[in-house]
Amino acid sequence: MRHRSLLILTTAVAAGSLTLTACGSRGDNSGGGSSGDTKTLTIGLDAPLTGDLSALGQGIKNSADLAVKTANKKKTVEGVTFKLEALDDAGQPASGQTNATKFVADQKVVGAVGPLNSNVGQSMQKVFDKAGMVEVSPANTAPELTQGTAWRSGKKERPFKTYFRTSTTDAIQGPYAAQYMYNEKKLKKVYVIDDKKTYGKGLAATFRDEFEKLGGKVVGTDHVDPKEKDFNAVANKVAKAKPDFVYYGGEYPAGAPLADQAKKAGLKGPVVGGDALFSAEYVKLAKKNSEGDIASSVGAPLESLDSAKTFMKAYKAAGYKLPYEAYGGYAYDATWAIIQAVKAVAEKNDGKLPGDMNETREQVAEAMQDVKFDGVSGAVGFDEYGDTTNKQLSLYEVKDGKHTPVKTGTFKD
Amino acid sequence: MNDLPQQLASGLILGAMYGLIAIGYTMVYGIVQLINFAHGEIVMFGAFGGLTAWLMLPKGTSLMLALPLMLVLAVGVSVLVGIGAERFAYRPLRNAPRLAPLITAIGLSIMLQQLIWSFYPDAKKARTFPQFSGESVHLLGANVQRGELFLLIAAPVCMIALGFFVAKTRTGRAMQATSQDPDTAKLMGINTDRIIVTAFAIGAAFGGVAAVAYGLKYGQIDFKIGFILGLKAFTAAVLGGIGNIYGAMVGGLVLGLAESLATAYIELIPGMELFGGGAWKNVWAFVLLILVLLVRPQGLLGERIADRA
Repeated sequence: MRHRSLLILTTAVAAGSLTLTACGSRGDNSGGGSSGDTKTLTIGLDAPLTGDLSALGQGIKNSADLAVKTANKKKTVEGVTFKLEALDDAGQPASGQTNATKFVADQKVVGAVGPLNSNVGQSMQKVFDKAGMVEVSPANTAPELTQGTAWRSGKKERPFKTYFRTSTTDAIQGPYAAQYMYNEKKLKKVYVIDDKKTYGKGLAATFRDEFEKLGGKVVGTDHVDPKEKDFNAVANKVAKAKPDFVYYGGEYPAGAPLADQAKKAGLKGPVVGGDALFSAEYVKLAKKNSEGDIASSVGAPLESLDSAKTFMKAYKAAGYKLPYEAYGGYAYDATWAIIQAVKAVAEKNDGKLPGDMNETREQVAEAMQDVKFDGVSGAVGFDEYGDTTNKQLSLYEVKDGKHTPVKTGTFKD
Repeated sequence: MNDLPQQLASGLILGAMYGLIAIGYTMVYGIVQLINFAHGEIVMFGAFGGLTAWLMLPKGTSLMLALPLMLVLAVGVSVLVGIGAERFAYRPLRNAPRLAPLITAIGLSIMLQQLIWSFYPDAKKARTFPQFSGESVHLLGANVQRGELFLLIAAPVCMIALGFFVAKTRTGRAMQATSQDPDTAKLMGINTDRIIVTAFAIGAAFGGVAAVAYGLKYGQIDFKIGFILGLKAFTAAVLGGIGNIYGAMVGGLVLGLAESLATAYIELIPGMELFGGGAWKNVWAFVLLILVLLVRPQGLLGERIADRA
C-alpha cells in the first residue's frame, strides 16, 4: 500500500514537471526567423512579473507590449517586425542576471527593456555590456548605475556604455522631496528609515543630505528587513521620537505595513518616500493609514501631459487587465527608444540591418546615444551618462485613497 | 526608556505568534524526530483559508461574526494540508534515512507555495486581510491593537487546552508514550500511526489559529509569509527546547522579546550605535540562540537530549 501511494505521487509530480518543461521550451523554438522581406527582431523585457512588485512589473510589460504593437502596426521600421519576449525576475538580482544571459544568447534579441529594481539592474548591466547589447531601464533610479560608485564625491564616470534609462535618478528625487517637505510643508523633524537595498539606501541618503543642508533635523534613523512584515519595534521607536514625518527609502511591500504600523503606534505625520511607494497597492495595503502620505515619482503625472493622452487611450483600447502603474509611460518610451535606435541603424545602412546580429546590436547601442523623440513622458533623450535629459519630478499625496499630484517641477540645487 | 512597556508588549505579541507556530514543529519532532520544514507553508495555507472564508461571506458582515467561521476554515485547511503532508510526504519515508524526509519537507514547502501562487486568485502579490477597526486599547502602559487582542486571548487559551489534552486525555497519554518509545508503545496496543497523524493535525491547527492572528495583525498576507514565519518559529522551538510544548511557547516569547528589545535598545548602549536598529534584530536574536544552546544544548525547557539520534 505504502508503495502504491508513493508511486501515484511520483507519477503525478513527474507528469506535472514534464508539462511544465514543455511549456517552458515552447518559447525558445518558435517565432523569429525571417520570412520573405520582413525580418523579426525580438526586444527582451525583464521585470518582476510575479511577487511583491508584480503590479509595477506587469504595467511595464503591458506598456512595452503596446509600444511593440504600435511599431508593427505603423511600420515604424520598414521591413522589421518586432516581437516582445518578457522574462520574470521576481525582483531577484540573480534571476535578472540569468534572464540577461538568456537574452544575450538569443540571436534574435536586439536589445532589452528593464528591469524595475536598481539592484537587479546592477546585476544585468555587465552581461549586456559584454555583449554590446543595449539595455534601457524604465525605472532604475540608483545614481551609481550610470554615474559610477563615486558619483557622490562628484567624480562621475559612466561604468557601462550600453546602459540607458528613461527615469530620473535618486540623486535628485530624494532632494526634491526634502525641499518640498522643508520649504512648503514646513516640517522640520524627520525620522529616516531605509531597507538597505541599493535603491532604498541611496534614496534615503540623498534625502537626508539635502534635508540637513536645508536646516532640517534628523531625529532618528533605522533600517528594516524588507522580507519581513513586522516593524512594530521600529514603529514604536518612531512614535517615541515624535518626528514631524518619516522618510522611507524602500518599496511599497514593506513601506505600506511600516506606515500602517508606525501610525498605529502613534506617528502623527505622513510617511514620505520615493517612486517605489507610488503605487495603488501602497494605498490598498496600508488602507486608511496611507492617507496623507507622500511619494515622489519621476516625470510629470501622465494624466497632465498631452503626449500621454494617446498612450492612455491606446492602453485602454488594447484591453490590458492591469493598469500601467507608475512606470508604464517610461516603459513605453524605453521600448520606443530601442525601436528608434533600430530605425536609425536601418537608415544608416540604406534600409537594411547588418546581417550579423552582434554587429546590429553594437550599432543599435551606438545609435541609442543620439535617439531623440517626443515620448509619453515628454521629450526623450539621453545625456553623456545614459541618463534621461528629462529631469522632471512630481510629488503625489494620498487623498481619499488615491495618489493625487501636488507638485511637479525640475530639481534645482 | 519610557517606551519599554510598549516594546515589551510588541515583543510579547510577536512572540505569542511565533510560539503558536512553534508548537507545530515541536509536536511533530517530539513524536517522530522529524523537522517538518513545510510547517510555515501549512500556516500560510491556513491564512488563505481564513481569507477565503471572509471573501465567501456577504460584503459588510461584521468581522466579529465572521471570525469564528474564518478560524474554522483556516484551521480546517491547515489541518487538511498537515495531514496530507504526513500521509503522502512523510509516512512513506518513515523508515528512510533522516535526510530523506528533510529534503521532502523542503520540496513540499516549495510546492505548497507555488500552489497558492498559481491557483489562488490574485495571490501573485499581497492580498489584504480584514482588520478590526477602532482605536487601540490601552493596557498597562502600552497600546495594543484590536487585532492583536485576538492573539493575546488565543495563545494562552490554546496552550492551556493543549496542556490539558496531553496530560489528561487518553490520546494525550498515548502521545507521551509514543514520544518516549514508539516501538514499545506499539506493543502496548497504541496505534502509533494515528498518534503521529494527531500530532501533525494539532500542530497544523495551532498554525491555523496563528495564521488568522497574523492576518488580523498585519492586514495582509502573501504566498511567501510561511518562509520567514517558519524559520522564526523553528528557531523559537529550538530555543525553548524542541519536543517540549511549553518550551515552544517560552521560546517564542523569548525570541519575540529579543527582537523587539534589540531593535529598540542595543543602539542606546555606548559604542554599539552601529549594531542596533531593525536591521540587526535577527543577528541579536540568533546570538541569543547560540548563547542559550552553548549553555543548555537541549534548549530552555528541553529535558531529553535526543537519545536515539
